Amino acid sequence: MASVRPIRAVPPETVALHTRAMDNLRFIRETMERAGAFTAVPGWGGVVMGVSALAATVIAARQSNRGAWLETWLIEGIFAIALGLWAMKRKADSAQLPLLSAPGRRFVLSFAPPLLVGALLTVVLFQAGLSQAIPGTWLLLYGTGVVTGGAFSVRVVPLMGMCFMLVGAVALFCPFSWGTPLLGLGFGGLHVVFGIIIARRYGG
Amino acid sequence: MSKQGAARKEMPPAKLSEARAIAGGKTLPALDRLIHERMRLGIVSSLAANRSLTFNELKKLLKTTDGNLSVHARKLEEANYVACTKSFQGRMPKTEYRLTETGRRALEKYLNHMEALIQAMREL
Repeated sequence: MASVRPIRAVPPETVALHTRAMDNLRFIRETMERAGAFTAVPGWGGVVMGVSALAATVIAARQSNRGAWLETWLIEGIFAIALGLWAMKRKADSAQLPLLSAPGRRFVLSFAPPLLVGALLTVVLFQAGLSQAIPGTWLLLYGTGVVTGGAFSVRVVPLMGMCFMLVGAVALFCPFSWGTPLLGLGFGGLHVVFGIIIARRYGG
Repeated sequence: MSKQGAARKEMPPAKLSEARAIAGGKTLPALDRLIHERMRLGIVSSLAANRSLTFNELKKLLKTTDGNLSVHARKLEEANYVACTKSFQGRMPKTEYRLTETGRRALEKYLNHMEALIQAMREL
């Protein structure tokens, strides 16, 4: 019985060339995305976040009650997150990489869960009257986010996360009066120092 | 074909750009074999996403050995696709690479070539 055959069969090497070309394009894109992880964390943005945290430290230290102290840091937190996202977008745009490319997405997805846990724990700890545990919890969870989010990035990013975790661990066992200076040291000092290192070595 | 055999067949980029290959009835620029090789394509692609990268960063990113990376990086350097600067960070030597304008154009050309190849094959 006669079988239906295409008039012009596609030669096997044609398929191979096509597949190879697609494979090469995929390789280039994936390599650029992986390499983009080196530039995903904004350096100068981190410095500005650090300066704003130092300002928040001064303001928070002047607050007489813990509610006002918490409000100061919450405002600073929202401002810093917005600033960080804007700085990441700006850096991604300058490198001509979309923000939601694989490295940016990977960083945000690894970074967001510890921040959400931090927000929930803040409510629980404040309501339970355990405010002295809040600075340590924030620093530890922020550090965790930086370590996991920066796991595939340059060594300086997870190192910064570990420093946050170290300051957080100290803060967890310190009285509440130490909390504000330690938050200033972490969110202020570490952001400024590592921000300058990242900006100088990894372009902005 | 072995890697050494492939390396021997590489042509200088200037000569390659003049050559032409026919695919699907369309004229396509000849493949730039210098960046067609996977490791070199990896180096050029990584540098295209960054202002500069150190030798160790490239090694980590491309999961390769010192010897392999330095051989391929030197080939790209000889073709003026990448520029290399050597300095000292404290006591440690630091080798930094960046993509040159020639290298960026070569990558763009290679990308266009791949896209044209896919297009030509679809039309067959």
